[in-house]
Amino acid sequence: MAMREITLAKAVSEAIAEEMRRDPTVFVMGEDVAEAGHPFKTLAGLVQEFGVERIVDTPISEPGFMGIAVGAAMTGSRPIVDLMFGDFLFLAMDQLCNQAAKTHYMSGGKLKAPLVLHTNLGATRRSAAQHSQSLHALVAHIPGVKVALPSSAYEAKGLLKTAIRDDNPVVIFHDKLMYQDKSQIPEEEYLIPFGVANVVRQGSDITIVATSSMVQVARQAAETLNREGISAEVIDPRTIVPLDEETILASVRKTGRAIIVDEGHQSFGVTAEIASRINEKAFYYLDAPVRRVGAMDVPVPFSPPLEDLTVPTPKVVAEFARLMMKGEPFHVA
Amino acid sequence: MSSMIDTKRATEAAWETPNSDEYLRMYRQMARIRAFEDNANQLYLSAKMPGLTHMSSGQEAVAVGVCSALENDDKITSTHRGHGHCLAKGAEIKLMFCELLGKVEGYCRGKGGSMHIADQAHGNLGANAIVGAGAGIATGAAFSAKRLGTKAVAVCFFGDGALGQGLVYEVMNMAALWKLPVIYACENNLYGEYTKVDEMAAGPITARAEAFGIEAHVVDGQDVLAVNRITRQLVDRARRGEGPFFLQLNTYRFHGHHVGDINRDYYRTKEEETFWKTERDPILLFGHWLVAEKIVGLEQLQAIEAEVKVETEEAVAYAQAAPYPPLEEVTMHVFVEKAA
Repeated sequence: MAMREITLAKAVSEAIAEEMRRDPTVFVMGEDVAEAGHPFKTLAGLVQEFGVERIVDTPISEPGFMGIAVGAAMTGSRPIVDLMFGDFLFLAMDQLCNQAAKTHYMSGGKLKAPLVLHTNLGATRRSAAQHSQSLHALVAHIPGVKVALPSSAYEAKGLLKTAIRDDNPVVIFHDKLMYQDKSQIPEEEYLIPFGVANVVRQGSDITIVATSSMVQVARQAAETLNREGISAEVIDPRTIVPLDEETILASVRKTGRAIIVDEGHQSFGVTAEIASRINEKAFYYLDAPVRRVGAMDVPVPFSPPLEDLTVPTPKVVAEFARLMMKGEPFHVA
Repeated sequence: MSSMIDTKRATEAAWETPNSDEYLRMYRQMARIRAFEDNANQLYLSAKMPGLTHMSSGQEAVAVGVCSALENDDKITSTHRGHGHCLAKGAEIKLMFCELLGKVEGYCRGKGGSMHIADQAHGNLGANAIVGAGAGIATGAAFSAKRLGTKAVAVCFFGDGALGQGLVYEVMNMAALWKLPVIYACENNLYGEYTKVDEMAAGPITARAEAFGIEAHVVDGQDVLAVNRITRQLVDRARRGEGPFFLQLNTYRFHGHHVGDINRDYYRTKEEETFWKTERDPILLFGHWLVAEKIVGLEQLQAIEAEVKVETEEAVAYAQAAPYPPLEEVTMHVFVEKAA
């Protein structure tokens, strides 16, 4: 298979361009998406090919353009809404969660809202509390919305194309720090189905389930552990709604130990949900309590040394793995 | 996507005076809405309906005047007080009562209820229980119509209570920037829930639209012909790319905010209610006009009322006897299952 290396930003624009060529009902709307090509340059070049009729610059009106996208989706269009920062989700929540997520169910299956909300997550860009949040768990809590968390340029392209073709509202979050990260992707077209986890690294002693950029954190921890004789398996769920529970449970049944790593706040989040499902469905295979590593439960601070404390790191993940391997009961305040 | 709307025929119809058949059709539709609401009220008062509902009695001329100016493929978004809009856009009474009672034959298989009835076959994108939220959806429908070239027009019904919602102004801004075929139809029934509009909305209502350069009109919402006339003209102009437009339709809610809002003295007087019910009832006003103009005789109107009464009572009986959804439907339609 012929491969080539591209950035995640390029993967995004390629996925959108391919789907827009394929389906004339697809369009993009959001702030500075046209000539500006988005501040992260994820949409560069699209307006030149598709024009301002299909790459639509909006005012700074997140509730407004999200509402318009819902109505457009209900009437034969397939909007891709770009939300410049994931933190702005709160502004669009009614449109996403009360309208788009519920319209199919509330109408008894008569209406649907096939739209993509394209946004991001992730801290450590020194952007402080309103431009650094990872809010995917909030959306995943609402029935009717699918949530994709690509962990590389390869995943980003394949998952975004699937999102655009899905008949449901899909929110796709990229880690802001990964836009320039490169990975190998096939020359030919490919899609990545939702609800199919990727076993990133095989292992036999402990399972590390990690989402988005935390897959890199998990891999680094696994490499450190490997040098110490601990074999870690790394699993990337790729989508948390739907969640590939079977792949995670099969791995835990094999290893008997699990750490969940996710950049959302630890409380009431993705780590809790996955840990709970393991406890409910693989408890008798466990040799240690399931361990969670999320972001600290504080607003993201601006000051760099403080901000760095708030996110999961390979060091923390590896340390938990070592403690779990020793089989000693441990508690962390 | 080809247009489903015959624009030439629609344009001609927009500027003609309605004929007597159309007058009678409008009268019947208004009578059906009144009968529907009276029966819904009775179902609630006799504890035969789950939850509660918001009645639109008194506002029939708005729903019928506007929706009679629309083609089947034109879209509307409705409100929590939406039975009138739904009926006027073509819905069946029987299937609406099934929905109000949570029955599987209802428009939403019983999953939506009074505040979420949608009837996409007639272009009704749904009532909405979030005040003002229909504005986003209607504007999006107009965006789709323009981009896909369907020639459809969208009408956003919203109450004076939605004048406090920022979303309404955000989408009006974009509709004006992009010249979208949408009409914002503000039903000013004088009260948002239990509070007078004057206490909640500063300044003239139409000035909000005019600030965006949107042409705005104030209409007597109790005069179905006035509502219909202006709407037909604005719909035609919107279809030709001259939109968006704004209509302020002055009307009155005969009942309380919802069926359980019985004691209303603390926010409005009985005298005020009596005045509107006796002097400003849109059905009585239209009936008097039809008879005075010798378009129909009183007995024809009485015959319509009698037919509507039977139709509605039969629909209620049907809905009461209809089955609830099978329990396995609780997990159905959370997601669209098939791939695109």
